[in-house]
Amino acid sequence: MLATASQRILGQSFQNIRPAVSVLRSYSSAAKQITVRDALNSALDEEMSADPKVFLMGEEVGEYQGAYKITKGLLEKYGPERVLDTPITEAGFTGIGVGAAYYGLKPVVEFMTFNFSMQAIDHIINSAAKSNYMSAGQISVPIVFRGPNGAAAGVGAQHSQCYASWYASCPGLKVLSPYNSEDARGLLKAAIRDPDPVVFLENELLYGESFPVSDEVLDSSFCLPIGKAKIEREGKDVTITAFSKMVGYALKAAEILEKDGIYAEVINLRSIRPLDRSTINASVRKTNRLITVEEGFPQHGVGAEICASVVEESFAYLDAPVERIAGADVPMPYAANLERLAVPQIEDIIRAAKRACYRSVPLAATA
Amino acid sequence: MAFCSRNSRNIIIINLLKSKVGSSRLMKLSRVCCYGTCLNSTNHCRFLPSTTTLPQLGNPDPNSHKKGHSPCSQRFQSTKSGQQFASLPNGEHSQVLDFPGGNVVFSPEMQFLSESPNVYNPCYRVLDDNGQLISNSVFVQVSEEIAVKMYSNMATLQILDTIFYEAQRQGRISFYVTTIGEEAINIASAAALTSDDVVFPQYREPGVLLWRGFTLQEFANQCFGNKADNGKGRQMPAHYGSNKHNYFTISSTIATQIPHAVGAAYSLKMDKKDACAVTYFGDGGTSEGDFHAALNFAAVTESPVIFICRNNGWAISTPTSDQFRSDGIAVRGQAYGVRSIRVDGNDALAMYSAVHTAREMAVNEHRPILIEAVTYRVGHHSTSDDSTKYRSADEIEWWRMARDPVTRFRKWIETNGWWGSEAESQLRSSIRNQLLQAIQIAERAEKPPVKDLFRDVYNNIPSHLREQEKLVRETINKHPKDYPADVPVDVAVKDDGVSVYDVDVIVHDDDLIIHVR
Repeated sequence: MLATASQRILGQSFQNIRPAVSVLRSYSSAAKQITVRDALNSALDEEMSADPKVFLMGEEVGEYQGAYKITKGLLEKYGPERVLDTPITEAGFTGIGVGAAYYGLKPVVEFMTFNFSMQAIDHIINSAAKSNYMSAGQISVPIVFRGPNGAAAGVGAQHSQCYASWYASCPGLKVLSPYNSEDARGLLKAAIRDPDPVVFLENELLYGESFPVSDEVLDSSFCLPIGKAKIEREGKDVTITAFSKMVGYALKAAEILEKDGIYAEVINLRSIRPLDRSTINASVRKTNRLITVEEGFPQHGVGAEICASVVEESFAYLDAPVERIAGADVPMPYAANLERLAVPQIEDIIRAAKRACYRSVPLAATA
Repeated sequence: MAFCSRNSRNIIIINLLKSKVGSSRLMKLSRVCCYGTCLNSTNHCRFLPSTTTLPQLGNPDPNSHKKGHSPCSQRFQSTKSGQQFASLPNGEHSQVLDFPGGNVVFSPEMQFLSESPNVYNPCYRVLDDNGQLISNSVFVQVSEEIAVKMYSNMATLQILDTIFYEAQRQGRISFYVTTIGEEAINIASAAALTSDDVVFPQYREPGVLLWRGFTLQEFANQCFGNKADNGKGRQMPAHYGSNKHNYFTISSTIATQIPHAVGAAYSLKMDKKDACAVTYFGDGGTSEGDFHAALNFAAVTESPVIFICRNNGWAISTPTSDQFRSDGIAVRGQAYGVRSIRVDGNDALAMYSAVHTAREMAVNEHRPILIEAVTYRVGHHSTSDDSTKYRSADEIEWWRMARDPVTRFRKWIETNGWWGSEAESQLRSSIRNQLLQAIQIAERAEKPPVKDLFRDVYNNIPSHLREQEKLVRETINKHPKDYPADVPVDVAVKDDGVSVYDVDVIVHDDDLIIHVR
């Protein structure tokens, strides 16, 4: 019975991915390819189908099929009670979602971008994250907050900030950030099933990218563990940690570095809170060098926490200072040339890796 | 339900002059018509038919405006878009704008909606200041058993507040908020609900929890933050919460509970339960964005939720005249498409009737209801406040004595022959003794153990917190003089209370794996 159920769901996802299949790069293996968008859509669909308590809410998630089409087809399938188009009030619908979660439903709240979540951040932190603790376990909040995070292309300062370090500093929250389709499916399913509040940081530019996925990933019971990072590429000379879009950049940087004889180990964090410190530290103990990469602002960022963790636990293993690659310490400008300068590029990662391996002139101390 | 008119308001002002209200407050009070009308106990409305049978509240006639009913009665009617007709002076309807929100009639007259009404929103009351039933009043009958229980709870709440307040003054607890003056709102509303209705309080509604069976000892345990506190010592005093009683743990942030209630109400509707959500907040809380978003949303989603605003005149030191310029809170409900009523919050019988009726509407019609309960915050905002700094002591005393809702209700039950002075003194001394004893026990009890610092951050305790807990325990055992003596340092105890020695407890994918060393 499970087999037919999963076949029916697979059939559904095949319908969703058929358009994407036509624009594939060709692979010699028979691996299927799905976009991150379809991965998220299928994950939501399957979890809503499996658990009647799961429901969606957000601006434009219903009739409009989702501002970024992540929730496409779900209103038609599940009806307006389970796919709720909300008025424009992040504070309002976040509070309402939290209230529904208090009562026992499992809302998935969409923010059009996480920049708008700032208007709701009191409910995310004070009403969701802290409730289980403050109520001594009486109130659990099985809610997921999801939406695009970080920079897109040409959207300016108020649509480009990365909130990973903001939310990851808060006890009571779990913070996840997928990179590819496998991450998207597995982590979103895990987030929806998790009894704690989860902040799920997607990336707008990744929505349209296709990635190969195995049959296991496409199965409706597929789930990734929260708190485990993935070593996307093994190496021995330098560890590069990244999450979301920057994983792609780090992988490309690693390819280029290989030509220069530097074998970089790329870690896809997947989970910002809890941070997989043991995987990171084990890797640094192997390579002795660490570069952290993130899109967000440098001060108090994710890289700062990783650096502190490594210094605390693996200090003797470091052969070079830890370097953080981050976005520029300015609100994101709009003009394309300026935007490019404000966000880490592959070259920045390559240069940092080489500095760590003493292959180039060390970076002069800046103020 | 008595209606008021402009003429009666003039009479009220004279009454105010006679009463013990400072003249400096007179100007402000005259703006708040409802206080005035509620003072005028025997003034029947001369312009409107005395209502009304209850059904008028329950099933509004959407065409009543065409039948020449008074503007007052329209306040209780829901307005559906598509049926809005601005009435022109000569009664004709000219062209209509086919607007996404509905049909709207044009008007050649440039008429602004006034910022203040001709007639203030009337205030529903049933008992006069002396606790006597107003003739022709409409209310929901209360049995002797319920009425006596209501009174006992109100008196208990009063005594509880007095004793805990004193305890804070004596330094035995760090903080407290009283509910003095608002006992009727607390108890009467709770009495009109069922135990399945989920309550989202602000922090001045312990009476609802008291009504539902939270014991005096449990109140004391939370205030003293001891080991028996079902909140595990996590929160400030008076921040109660109890799943068992469907009373969601109090959060200090203002008005955040209002959208929570709507979310819960939406869930109740989806579950098709015979229950509603109820949320309480003060006049100050209605300025928060959450209030507006929640009301708007509740109307759109047609959720069974009752919003109860305790308009007690003060938000710490901010009087309502600095808080808003609308005619109180109930009129705002109409703006959001929410059926609303203004009630004398110090009239326990009126409160009971209004909440009872509201609950029926909410559950049967799947709609939100807004109740503005007008009252006065007799106590200070909290033990961190001295309200004589911003209001006159005379004013406070007057409301405490002359307008005490507990006394008023007692007079009513005495008139019915359900209560007497002997029962009164028995109740008061019994409650007082129970409370003093509860405090003694709570004070002497052990504090929460070290493990309660680290639990409940997440559903399952993460490994880094487990490690820290182990380290803390080791450190305390090594340097006991550096730590307070009343913090129990248990060995690791599993949730079912069984002590665990010499084992590693690992949580892996929600499974508890125990390795014996």
